[in-house]
Amino acid sequence: MIAMPLPDAAVLARRADIAAALRHMVRPAHVIDTPASLKAYESDGLTAYRQPPMLVVLPETTAEVSAILKYADDEGIKIVPRGAGTSLSGGALPLADGIVLGMAKFNKVLDIDFDNRCAVVQPGVTNLAITRAVEHRGFYYAPDPSSQIACTIGGNVAENSGGVHCLKYGLTANNILGLEVVLPGGDVVRLGGKHLDSDGYDLMGILTGSEGLLGVVTEVTVRILQKPETARALLIGFPSSEDAGQCVADVISVGIIPGGMEMMDRPAIHAAEDFVHANYPLDVEALLIVELDGPPAEVDALTQRVKSIAENNKASTLRVSQNEQERLLFWAGRKAAFPAVGRISPDYLCMDGTIPRKKLPEVLRGMEELSRKHDLRVANVFHAGDGNLHPLILFDANVGDELERAEAFGADILRLCVKVGGVLTGEHGVGVEKRDLMPEMFSETDLAVQQRMKCAFDAKGLLNPGKVFPTLHRCAELGRMVVHRGQVNFPELPRF
Amino acid sequence: MPEIFAPKSETELAELISGGGPYSIEGLGSRRGLGRLTNSRPTLSLAAFQGVAAYEPEELILEAGTATPLRVVQKLLREKNQMLAFEPPDFSHLWGTSHSGSIGGLLATGLAGPRRIKAGSVRDHVLGVRGVTGRGEIFKAGARVVKNVTGYDMPKLMAGSFGTLAAMTSVTFKVLPAPETEETVLVSVQDDVKAMRVMSNALQSSAEISGAAHVPGEGTYLRFEGIAVSVAARRDRYVSRLTSNCEIISAQQSRLVWAKIRDCKAIAHDAERALWRISVAPMQGAAVAAHVARQSDARYFFDWGGGLLWISLPAASDGRAAFVRSAFKEGHATLFAAPEDLRKRIDVFQPQAPTLAALSKRVKSALDPKGKLNFGRMYAGV
Repeated sequence: MIAMPLPDAAVLARRADIAAALRHMVRPAHVIDTPASLKAYESDGLTAYRQPPMLVVLPETTAEVSAILKYADDEGIKIVPRGAGTSLSGGALPLADGIVLGMAKFNKVLDIDFDNRCAVVQPGVTNLAITRAVEHRGFYYAPDPSSQIACTIGGNVAENSGGVHCLKYGLTANNILGLEVVLPGGDVVRLGGKHLDSDGYDLMGILTGSEGLLGVVTEVTVRILQKPETARALLIGFPSSEDAGQCVADVISVGIIPGGMEMMDRPAIHAAEDFVHANYPLDVEALLIVELDGPPAEVDALTQRVKSIAENNKASTLRVSQNEQERLLFWAGRKAAFPAVGRISPDYLCMDGTIPRKKLPEVLRGMEELSRKHDLRVANVFHAGDGNLHPLILFDANVGDELERAEAFGADILRLCVKVGGVLTGEHGVGVEKRDLMPEMFSETDLAVQQRMKCAFDAKGLLNPGKVFPTLHRCAELGRMVVHRGQVNFPELPRF
Repeated sequence: MPEIFAPKSETELAELISGGGPYSIEGLGSRRGLGRLTNSRPTLSLAAFQGVAAYEPEELILEAGTATPLRVVQKLLREKNQMLAFEPPDFSHLWGTSHSGSIGGLLATGLAGPRRIKAGSVRDHVLGVRGVTGRGEIFKAGARVVKNVTGYDMPKLMAGSFGTLAAMTSVTFKVLPAPETEETVLVSVQDDVKAMRVMSNALQSSAEISGAAHVPGEGTYLRFEGIAVSVAARRDRYVSRLTSNCEIISAQQSRLVWAKIRDCKAIAHDAERALWRISVAPMQGAAVAAHVARQSDARYFFDWGGGLLWISLPAASDGRAAFVRSAFKEGHATLFAAPEDLRKRIDVFQPQAPTLAALSKRVKSALDPKGKLNFGRMYAGV
């Protein structure tokens, strides 16, 4: 396991006093200090790691957040911000001597401004709730992480969340216009707003994806978009992953940016088909779902172009969704890929690297070799449009050294991703799980530059310490999302 | 003339920064006219960091040395029907230079064109950077893939930082397919307030407008881009619902219209006047213009659906900075081009609230504690 900062005994000894002080800052009932209640906060979506916090506080206003952060800074107490706790990388993992700052009570949509095509919301509003609040006028909020029914916009900002449509519509960072942020020490800053360009340094840019290490977001202004008029999906099977990869490259080369472009390999196709019966072809090595959206005339024309590109790349099966029901069925198997793999294996590790797309065949071949070396199976789902790969390593933690082998396998995969010019994480974040892998990608100087940025925001290092940056004590164990016998937090959420 | 240092490698650059400074950082020098005027000091030229290191159209990435001329990059992209989607403007005529500058300068100034409303700005398309901090450290940040959340997004921080945080040597941009064709609908609108409404309605529809500008006296321009059948379908539907008169401008002419808007050539401005660039909530544009245009001989037009107001004023002794900035509560106004004496006297960039100003100073100190890089170019003391 990855080591977290050692608890400060002096802080722990003052636990009762700290709880009492917090009860002067927020409604007394919003300070949680009983062991049974604290246990509910011990983990996020990365369930391999569990640690009940010292205390939980649930502020309701920016002024309360400011008072808490000032107090924590004065008293040297660590703070771990938390939205819905759906992080897959341990971003909201508590510290034994830290206060979890739960933002769940910031759950209001403050302003919907169709004329300026934006909405102002509190950070505890869920991603999907933003779309729900604006869809009566045909609008939506574009980033759609798979956990969107539960994850909050505050957490999305912290993680710079993406989704299957982000090649065309961007990540969180590309879809927010303004932030109100409380800094460690309690200062409140407003960045951007309803205008398109924020002035000065792009602090909104660096806060987005900073994984709760730089400030606590208390208000978000998001861009809202008119929904595409129509969407259609193509389901295309290929005799090899090389052919599928070339098809993806050709689609982009002719100038088409599909709304979504997803690939699955043979093991993933079979697992998904056995689970949801989406009528996927079972005699192919790679399956591609290409979704085209926009005005009907455009979708018609692009469908023909993609069809001919697929045929030129030896597509062995090709179906175009004829209606919305069929489009959703094409997606059903892909969206069920994680639980489907969970059915065929007691445990799996989910990796999250991005690679240059052209390296896909090389990486898949490398993974086959690694699969033999570690004697474990792997299934691959791939956001093919942007090169974000999710290998799922199948193992059984109750059998011999399979957990250790799976971890070593995962480490080798991430090293391979970096070696071919890719990155450690495309969308799940570094958090705890990939923290000690950072030196695979960044030099000591690169990391020092980033850590100095941390110091500019949080001189005492009290906000979410132990995440993102490796400690001096580097652990050999590498990052992953562990799922034991289907026991994940939020098992009802799709994970793709 | 102050001394010019032109390091040939990152190592030399790091040595110069470690051993000397303060410096003015320069790529091709085309954007000297923007920003606060500072005391004369030696120039650190990044001219040696030139050339496209990687262009992979199917991966949607282009990596180049920061002093690579923008026109070289754009020529390469055009050959593959791709583009920098944020539509880099060419403001050289405003600053009295002869070329559109380098891609490093583009990154450092963070300025986007009309497609900003749909495609985002420079900061939305920068994927990776290399450079040397004010501490003389060679570093990299980001990567060469389009989807990456590993570590802080330092490349975004570099966008619009005016060379005050690091001397950048290399930048990787996300590039995108260029639209196959375009058309513009020029809606006959005389009144600014009504123009905001026309633009907002168009931008709220599913017409996928990629440019929305209003030039008083000419009307409201709305751009449709994409494949031909899509452009035609969206334009037809839009026009069929329109109650005002309009004119359809075909592709070739449309490109000229948007180049004028992009490069701020839609109004008459000259070197004796003060040009302000004001960013506000789009629906606020008309009210801000009405306030500022009470000044005699104001010339202005709107881009970004009303959210970007360009306004040229006679160069009054105080530049009317306080007057201009009192026109809005949320947003910012930049003195974009003006005679030197004016740039010396007034805040070129919108002054920041004290807590934010303090944070900006701490960010500056983190990477450049001794103020060696473009010190004071954005704000006094930063």
